[in-house]
Amino acid sequence: MYDIAIIGAGVVGVMIARELSKYNLSICILDKESDVSMGASKANSGIIHAGYDAKCGSLKAILNVKGSKMMKQITEELSVKYKNNGSLVIGYTDEDMSAISELYDRGVKNGVEGLEVIDKMKLKQLEPNISQNAIGALFAPTGAIVCPYELTVAAIGNAMDNGAALKLEFEVKSINLLNDYYEISSHKETMKAKYIINAAGLYADEVARMAGDDSFEIHPRKGEYLILDKEFGNLTKHTIFRVPSKMGKGILVSATVDGNLLLGPTSEDILDKEDKSTTQIGMSKVIHGALDNVPDIPLKSVITSFSGLRAVADRGDFIIEKSKTNFINIAGIESPGLSASPAIALYVVELLGEMGVSLTPKTNFKPNRKIFAADKSKYGKIICRCEHISEYEIVKAIHTNPPATNVDAVKRRTRSGMGRCQGGFCMPHVVEILARELNINFEEVTKFGGNSKITIGKTKGIS
Amino acid sequence: MKKIDLVIIGGGPAGMAAAVSAYNNGIKDILILEREESLGGILQQCIHNGFGLHKFKEELTGPEYAWKYEKQVFDLKIPFRLNAMVMNISADKQVTFACEQGESQTVQAKAIILAMGCRERSRGALNIAGTRPAGIYTAGTAQKFVNIMGYMPGKRIVILGSGDIGLIMARRMTIEGAKVEAVCEIAPYSGGLTRNIVQCLNDFDIPLKLSHTVVDIHGKERVTGVTIARVDQNRKPISGTEEYFACDTLLLSVGLIPENELAKSAGIALDKVTGGAVVDQNRETSKSGIFACGNVLHVHDLVDFVSEEAELAGHSAAKYILESDKQAEKEITFQLTENISYIVPQMLHSVQNDVIVYFRVANIFKNVIIEVRDDEKVLYKKNIKKAAPGEMECIKLNKEILRDIRGNKIYVELKQR
Repeated sequence: MYDIAIIGAGVVGVMIARELSKYNLSICILDKESDVSMGASKANSGIIHAGYDAKCGSLKAILNVKGSKMMKQITEELSVKYKNNGSLVIGYTDEDMSAISELYDRGVKNGVEGLEVIDKMKLKQLEPNISQNAIGALFAPTGAIVCPYELTVAAIGNAMDNGAALKLEFEVKSINLLNDYYEISSHKETMKAKYIINAAGLYADEVARMAGDDSFEIHPRKGEYLILDKEFGNLTKHTIFRVPSKMGKGILVSATVDGNLLLGPTSEDILDKEDKSTTQIGMSKVIHGALDNVPDIPLKSVITSFSGLRAVADRGDFIIEKSKTNFINIAGIESPGLSASPAIALYVVELLGEMGVSLTPKTNFKPNRKIFAADKSKYGKIICRCEHISEYEIVKAIHTNPPATNVDAVKRRTRSGMGRCQGGFCMPHVVEILARELNINFEEVTKFGGNSKITIGKTKGIS
Repeated sequence: MKKIDLVIIGGGPAGMAAAVSAYNNGIKDILILEREESLGGILQQCIHNGFGLHKFKEELTGPEYAWKYEKQVFDLKIPFRLNAMVMNISADKQVTFACEQGESQTVQAKAIILAMGCRERSRGALNIAGTRPAGIYTAGTAQKFVNIMGYMPGKRIVILGSGDIGLIMARRMTIEGAKVEAVCEIAPYSGGLTRNIVQCLNDFDIPLKLSHTVVDIHGKERVTGVTIARVDQNRKPISGTEEYFACDTLLLSVGLIPENELAKSAGIALDKVTGGAVVDQNRETSKSGIFACGNVLHVHDLVDFVSEEAELAGHSAAKYILESDKQAEKEITFQLTENISYIVPQMLHSVQNDVIVYFRVANIFKNVIIEVRDDEKVLYKKNIKKAAPGEMECIKLNKEILRDIRGNKIYVELKQR
């Protein structure tokens, strides 16, 4: 019996787990996938928003501003990359500039520090590669970037190091309240917990329904992205936005903390919660949207494309509230969810306190997580040529919380396969290392769990 | 810091041939740095035959061809390090590499030969739409799975791109019991050697669909199929021509890119078309004392030509080390003209020997004349029956002609007969 079960190991679920692991509570995080960070947390823009965009007084606004102020310290504790590169919202018309002025006012009311409306000349100084047609911008110096899956992996790793349990491939099929605890069942296993935190992302509505709450619905909104070679990560210094619309913040151009250039996302409401395919139309929208702002993007240097699904709730704002007995919903955490995640975690701990959970701080909580030394010169044999990732780092990723059990999980932890050759050279070696370290057959190694097997068996073995 | 006369980066066919050549030309203090577990490079996974016809007048497999040079490296006791990945080359020729054991090392070289080879273009570089399941590999990765590791990437295959590795893998997968449904090529002609089309596709009844490309990939966990479509003259898919192919694997053979990140770190000028360094007839790059050869310089069709080029680079590096006092030299540059996509070398410096010039044409041509001229007169002429982008052309310009070139430009032109 756990005190608290968290359903969903995305950035929100794991930030809550980490926060709760500071207290004397037994915690278990459940996720249906073979790794953490498999939903919106692995495929988003990685932006820590300043907080000027969300409506004043909304949870989005309050938690964004608060969360983004907490982010630097958390990333230091977890040894994950964080770069305070600042954001720019570019204006092209007088209409844009009046929207920018509204954003400025809203930002000031939301408590965003350092906002400034700048003219064309200052914009050109800050960002020489911006389109000649730009006439001004909103400059938000507190805007920052992180790698969303790196943060998620590190936060759950730290929570696990502090006693939290992680159950992967546990797809919740039913939730039953018995006297004073819940029984949570997958198709093969049942576990018990006194409290449930529903952080199931796209499936938060379905999980809530299992507990008898049908007060909201979640629909998927697809965003497609392109990633460019590291050679061009310096094309823009800041994160470059267009003036936001009701469908989101538009196509952005941003460096990533790993030094690539990121373009996207599109914003398309779809029906299928599993449809993470990219489309020709989507990719061409990304290209055109990005080129509008930064005309000199070398499209020949695109190394990969991907799409992510945002969990959009039918209420406009984040849903973070008590639901049925000892049950909390955290739903509709679309943008700025990543930025808000540390503040959401604090908010949820407060809610649990109000619900009667006894919150006694642990004396031995370890806030820091460090698995790789900064000096890589001792790491020896290089497996991933493009990103210079050593065998040592890959082995370490397989045996460190949360353990990597497949090729994509290794990739998210080490960046092996994320470079310009996209795993062409290193992937077979990574498969070999996974098989060896997990003591499984080569042909059992998967790309991302389930039936995503890399190879189908030995040669001469086809019947 | 340890000093070494000649550091060769890469122990594949180019690196080994360059090392042997430098040794035979008087340089004994050599270090070959190879990132893999053995010498030989990509040849080790090319277990098919067809190598060496030009160079050794016999038909060898990849490993057999590699052995011809490995044996010389061993016999001459040329030092090499395996599992040694070069991380950086500085403009003043310091080479930093990671070693299997212990900390990374930096050595000071008098001369460097770049012989890192090339990598394959990936799906991401093509922006193919669709899902991202397991079962999408470059042909070379599949070749490594099958030939080195002994595992099958799938059993029902579609191949995009008719580059040589794709063609070879179509046959290889078929021999291993898989069904190759089709090879799609976006161009109206194949990018591979004619002999490979005949021996790898035609002989196995594998359809080659020219002017076709993959427009969508299906499947959540493993590939379940691909949609292919015909393309127009601009290589854009034509709506309404889509066709679904069920398969569990998509192999890509859509081009090779010289691996020049290290050349960039040393500040070497690169050719936009070849992706390799700009070199003179000695294969010296824009950085004095740094040479390049093999697929890191430009992608070759035949390893035989890689060996030849590497021998030249090895010889040049030896000469550079032994004759350290160099005078200012007149520079003559090759000029691209219509229908010639690239020329290697890109320039000449004080010619002392005959120069072999390699180039590729930009389209399919029949019965044309290759003409080489300076600003005033024609220097060389050759009739060609058939020329294709997939087959590298080479011509030999003799030193007497090159010595009295007027001006500082040479033009290579393609003319109708």
